[in-house]
Amino acid sequence: MTIDMSQFYQVFFDEADELLAEMEKLLLALDVSSPDSEDLNAIFRAAHSIKGGAATFGFTDITEVTHMLESLLDRIRKGEMALTGEHVDAFLVSKDILTMLMAGHHHASSVDQAAVDSVCERLRALSQGLVAGMPASGAPAVTGAAAEPVKPEPKPVADADGNFRFRIELPDVPQRDVDALAAELGLLGTISQETLADKRVAFTLVTSEGLDNIVAICSFVLDPDDLRITCDAVASVKSDPVMDNDLGYGLFEPLNSGAVPVQDPPAPAAAPSPVQAPATETKNYGRRATDKEGASQESSSIRVGIEKVDQLINLVGELVITQAMIEQRINSLDPIVHERLLNGVGQLTRNTRDLQEAVMSIRMMPMDYVFSRFPRMVRDLAGKLGKKVEFVTRGAATELDKGLIERIVDPLTHLVRNSVDHGIEMPDKRAASGKNETGKLTLSAAHQGGNIVIEVTDDGGGLDRDRILTKARQQGLSVSDSMPDNEVWQLIFAPGFSTAEVVTDVSGRGVGMDVVKRNIAAMGGTVEIRSMTGIGTTISISLPLTLAILDGMSIKVGEEVYILPLGYVIESLQPAASDVKDIAGEGQVIKIRGEYLPLIPLYQIFAIEPTYKDPSQGIVVILEADGKKAALMVDSLVGQQQVVVKNLESNFRKVAGISGATILGDGGVSLILDVSALLRSSRQLNMDALTF
Amino acid sequence: MIDTSHHPADMGAGEDGPAKEYLAFTLGREEYGIDILRVQELRGYEPVTRIANAPDFIKGVVNLRGTIIPIVDLRIKFRLGEPTYDQFTVVVVLNIAGRVMGIVVDSVSDVTTLTPEQVKPAPEMGTSFDSDYLIGLGTLKERMLILVDIDKLMSSQEMGLIEKIAA
Repeated sequence: MTIDMSQFYQVFFDEADELLAEMEKLLLALDVSSPDSEDLNAIFRAAHSIKGGAATFGFTDITEVTHMLESLLDRIRKGEMALTGEHVDAFLVSKDILTMLMAGHHHASSVDQAAVDSVCERLRALSQGLVAGMPASGAPAVTGAAAEPVKPEPKPVADADGNFRFRIELPDVPQRDVDALAAELGLLGTISQETLADKRVAFTLVTSEGLDNIVAICSFVLDPDDLRITCDAVASVKSDPVMDNDLGYGLFEPLNSGAVPVQDPPAPAAAPSPVQAPATETKNYGRRATDKEGASQESSSIRVGIEKVDQLINLVGELVITQAMIEQRINSLDPIVHERLLNGVGQLTRNTRDLQEAVMSIRMMPMDYVFSRFPRMVRDLAGKLGKKVEFVTRGAATELDKGLIERIVDPLTHLVRNSVDHGIEMPDKRAASGKNETGKLTLSAAHQGGNIVIEVTDDGGGLDRDRILTKARQQGLSVSDSMPDNEVWQLIFAPGFSTAEVVTDVSGRGVGMDVVKRNIAAMGGTVEIRSMTGIGTTISISLPLTLAILDGMSIKVGEEVYILPLGYVIESLQPAASDVKDIAGEGQVIKIRGEYLPLIPLYQIFAIEPTYKDPSQGIVVILEADGKKAALMVDSLVGQQQVVVKNLESNFRKVAGISGATILGDGGVSLILDVSALLRSSRQLNMDALTF
Repeated sequence: MIDTSHHPADMGAGEDGPAKEYLAFTLGREEYGIDILRVQELRGYEPVTRIANAPDFIKGVVNLRGTIIPIVDLRIKFRLGEPTYDQFTVVVVLNIAGRVMGIVVDSVSDVTTLTPEQVKPAPEMGTSFDSDYLIGLGTLKERMLILVDIDKLMSSQEMGLIEKIAA
């Protein structure tokens, strides 16, 4: 079963568009004589992110251009080369080329290969310092020629008989099916076939039949949802210029009028003729129809600023609190006298809950959305590097805020690439060190209290402490041999830090970790590294779910009320005195249905004066987290309610055993217990092979 | 009128700028001043939610219109006076580098304007505060205000309010 990657294309294109726009803005604002290194870094990172995304989707042409762009930028950024106006020109041209390539993939518009080649050539020449070799007038000429075809001109595509022209992009299917389809569709009209950059096949069909018939035929062979069919409406040649202007939103200048023969192959890879990248060679297909299609897609969803959604969620959060408060108050009312009021409040409760679910669902998406991008990338990467990698994902159903999901993609891409490139060793090396030849790369996601923890784990060679320290010294960072491991690992997040010896297409520039750290910090999260030489590395990203609402159970110890996330609670009971056993020096265990569970007295952990110290007088709540069970001893249970998780760290600090806080119906604050941490601290031993 | 025989150039934050406004409050018998621009609002003391295993001067957290903020009792921290909580106890809500927090003080007197000449360098000792956290001593007729660098104090390691961010 292949994964339909096209669902992620839109995200990539949106991101890339933003990055390109940002890049252009920065380039234009760049002071050539004394460039701001922060700006150069930002441009570099933009190029790097586009490269990463493009590589994920297999857009090799984009990867190629960005790689060259990046190489050049890297040298300038490191001061190996002075920035000149020509560089900036070349960068801007490459930006245009990238926009064109992107449009090529997105709208299936044509790509001027000659211009692409010329830009690559130019970037290469510049990065080799051959600037002087370029004719003085060359640069502007290229700029003009290359920039021009970036805007694909809509073309009249229907022939004079009023036939429709369809462009059908097939998903990745066997050649046998392609041939069968070609034969079937050929019965409808004239068909031509072309192979796209990613080895898929696209047909161009001129026919008088309707779209439905084509879809019907195709659906014998494949899932119609996987098809991309674009249709050009009937357009007569005469009305061409007007139509073009209308449909092109006036942006496109009709350069060459007249119908292009349908059979033409798409943009042949012309020999590089940099100076006169001829505009006449541009071939344009199906642009107009895809524009229409795009428009209709846009109307079915709206782009709303994330802050508006946030505001909505916050307001609903407050509403939930208010509703809980009202509910608490009316409990004391006489149900007979106030029957109608109570009914009304009951309805309010239901509506609030529905509203809350609806609002939350605006933002929540399963992690699968991110995870499913990676198997392909890991496979390709492993193949490229000659490594064997088994890729495992866990917790793909874990839901995460959409805003965060989109922003976690880039950091995760970097981390996964790094793990495959640097982490997992070559098969022979693995065999030599007694490991399975196939490395294991695990991507997991899980909720932990108010946080989501996403981990990238490899069983590779681990980080090399000495090499990191040596490299850090070379870069003039202040380090000492006695630094604890976790501080050493944090060094790899320094900008420009890479221990890789060779800069490859995959990684090694040291830009990745810098971006990872920045992106995650911007989301209010933290990155932790655990690594052990020869055993592997785990990079753990913890993101706060500041907006989450959770079902909680409120419990009381002494005068304090705490919230237990209901997801961890299995049951609560009052144990018989005979079921509680002392273990010398180790505390107590409690026997529940034949199972001995460690007893965690909350009053001891939080140093509270409890009402009861004897478990058989209080209540124990059986909790389960990370596959471990324990019994938490509390004084009493107060009730169950939905709570809005507030981040404690935004104004305070992390508190051991507490994952967040919430506001109760009476306006007071109650702390939410971090169940996994409580259980961990009670065990004080980590059996997990990958816990360092 | 103003004694400048001390070394005015040594003053902690003694820039030759325009006069600055300070919020004056008392802790025990001493009168302190902090930069008014760091003060977000003044509130009465209300019951807090205790934080387990926190130092005693961190009273806990409260709900400030939907935001959870920590409350620190400076009287306990600097052993000034008896920490009593009644209707006159004031919480000064500060906004320091985007973080909101409250400090409990005995009372707030007024807002005073001090020119740089009125601020003298703090002596090496004599106050309960580490002189690192002091801007200087402000003189105002008969009064003397101990001017606290509240940014530095509240974000200091010693207060433990803000986690040290790993480099």
